[in-house]
Amino acid sequence: MKDAFGAPQSLLVLGGTSAIGLATARRLIARRTRTVLLAGRPSPALSAAAASLRPLGAQVRTVPFDALDTASHEERLGAVFAAGDVDLVLLAFGVLGDQARDESDPAAAVRVAQTNYTGAVSAGLVCAGALQAQGHGSLVVLSSVAAERARRADFIYGSSKAGLDVFAQGLGDALYGTGVHVMVVRPGPVRGGRAAEPFATTPEAVAGAIELGLRRRSETVWVPGALRVVGSALRHVPRPLFRRLPV
Amino acid sequence: MAVETRVLDDDCVPISGWARTSPTLARVRRPRGSAEVAAALRAGDPRGALARGLGRAYGDAAQNAGGTVLDMTGLTRILAFDAAAGLVVCEAGVSLHRLMTALLPRGFFLPVTPATRYVTAGGAVATDVHGGNHPGAGSFARHVVALDLLTPDGEVRTAVPGTPLFDATTGGLGLTGIVLTVTLRLLRVETSLLSVDTERVRDLDELMARLAGPPPRRDADGAPPPYEIARIDPLARGAAMGRSVLVRARHAPYEALPRRHRARRAPLAFRPVRLPAPPPYVPGGPLGRTVLGLAGEFRHRAGPRRSTGRLRPLSAVLHPFDALPHGNRLYGPEGFVPYRCAVPYGQEEALCRIVRRIAARRFPALPAVLTRFGEAGPGWLSYPLPGWSLGLDLPTGLPGLAAFLDALDEEVLGAGGRVQLAADSRVRPDAVAAMFPRLADFRALRAALDPGAVLRSDLSRRLAL
Repeated sequence: MKDAFGAPQSLLVLGGTSAIGLATARRLIARRTRTVLLAGRPSPALSAAAASLRPLGAQVRTVPFDALDTASHEERLGAVFAAGDVDLVLLAFGVLGDQARDESDPAAAVRVAQTNYTGAVSAGLVCAGALQAQGHGSLVVLSSVAAERARRADFIYGSSKAGLDVFAQGLGDALYGTGVHVMVVRPGPVRGGRAAEPFATTPEAVAGAIELGLRRRSETVWVPGALRVVGSALRHVPRPLFRRLPV
Repeated sequence: MAVETRVLDDDCVPISGWARTSPTLARVRRPRGSAEVAAALRAGDPRGALARGLGRAYGDAAQNAGGTVLDMTGLTRILAFDAAAGLVVCEAGVSLHRLMTALLPRGFFLPVTPATRYVTAGGAVATDVHGGNHPGAGSFARHVVALDLLTPDGEVRTAVPGTPLFDATTGGLGLTGIVLTVTLRLLRVETSLLSVDTERVRDLDELMARLAGPPPRRDADGAPPPYEIARIDPLARGAAMGRSVLVRARHAPYEALPRRHRARRAPLAFRPVRLPAPPPYVPGGPLGRTVLGLAGEFRHRAGPRRSTGRLRPLSAVLHPFDALPHGNRLYGPEGFVPYRCAVPYGQEEALCRIVRRIAARRFPALPAVLTRFGEAGPGWLSYPLPGWSLGLDLPTGLPGLAAFLDALDEEVLGAGGRVQLAADSRVRPDAVAAMFPRLADFRALRAALDPGAVLRSDLSRRLAL
């Protein structure tokens, strides 16, 4: 169960090797989290991620999960929820792709779209149903600032995140009043440690914003917070002008 | 699609405690009698069932996520009243307000009332409530003569004091069975007024000295005044740190009423004040540091330095916040976190450290309430222990509050104290066993009585009770 500050006792990270997912797990273990389930494709990286969390004092297990294999989601995630309540599901998987290559290789572009959108829709719906059955819990969906407006530099990734973003908003409205809380997180470009771009952020900052959003039961969280204003302004820039902007 | 299954069901509503943090969804049933309670329990919700009264438990004690919640406020009959013996038998859903309304005109009052009278008799048993008269009167369970309890196996058992079932049920947070009826011993009173002595206390040291020392005025029979409550201003700092108002009160006998006092004509009238409720949505933060600081300053200076024998209505002294319905809305949509801790006698140092730490943070909060506890009751998970009890409510949004309260828990644990489970919404689960030495017995009794875990609450899930 979550406590009065929204700190969960059990956490399921979909995309168990995600830097933001792990940073959030570390932060929540410092509070009340005692069970962490890292879901991802079985790999040495996933085992290493689990091993890195264990010394912090939580029970960590890995769950085999492949975002692209949507047929298996119901069974895999169903087994997780059948074993016990999950207070927080962090939907953290996604691929950035390579815009230049993806434009010339539609198969690669489809892969980005399927991972970020189709896979997330499938996993999101399965988790939402399970959370609703247990009557409580939060679903935190990692979107991106790239979902706010299409940019020349990353519109394939951006469009997949835009689809996910709208899906999560709609899911949040559908689940309003059911005890299940859906939160959309829109981080700026995440750079591990060095902030080169404006509004770049770090996994730790995103984790902090998620913890705060859980306490406030926020529906949308921007990281850094100033992006909310910038994003809102950029949304209204006319396209002929936006095209010329160096964003 | 899985997403739709529960949304369309009108019985499923999000439920939260009085502090309005962490709401969860439950299927609410409103039984009208014992038979319907038993039927609802037999229905066998896979996520368990739980009785709920008027929802005044601050945290998640009366929530059951995904399961069934039995709203007991439909069981409202007062079954028997014996004026000669001073006993009343009522159903679990009868509120203490209703009991007072019915019994005061007949010259009886409840021997123990918590800070609100809007709790049900069943809820008062399940949380083993206490009042400002704990040193003399003990907690609620001391005045319960018998309980009819619907245990998870579907049987109705009568629990009487001195049995393990009774001790586990009083303060047992509704996890040992559903209370159906309560037989309660009453207190005889001559008027519905209290004779109140008020003292302004300069700082924390003086307060502790006053509380530990003998009361300045005794009753005719030599007894100290039964009610004793100190309200500490949490925003006072420096030399004024811990300044407070100390209230001592006793039931006023009829003879003590001045001649031509209007209460002489209707000494047992019970007409509590009800203000209009705040609107359903109040944005967070009207109770900021400035407003509450000024209010505290005003409250402290406006009151008399010392007054004795003022006659005040019972409700104004014992349940001042009941005058404002839905007062919890004033904390905004994020709600608040109550902190209730007790430390044993001999650990005054720890208590002072806790008060100092709270004062140092200058939290925007209403006055903290400090009372003394006497002999502990029989309840295994009951809150009172012989010592001091400190309580205050803090807005959830204060920065760093979660870690700060964890640090206070350490202080309380170190002193051999405990927090109140019925008010809790945040304590570290592994700390609970150290705070309640009988927790292992409680778990064992639950395992024997309720092997299928039919009775469950969010609190029991969170703390593994």
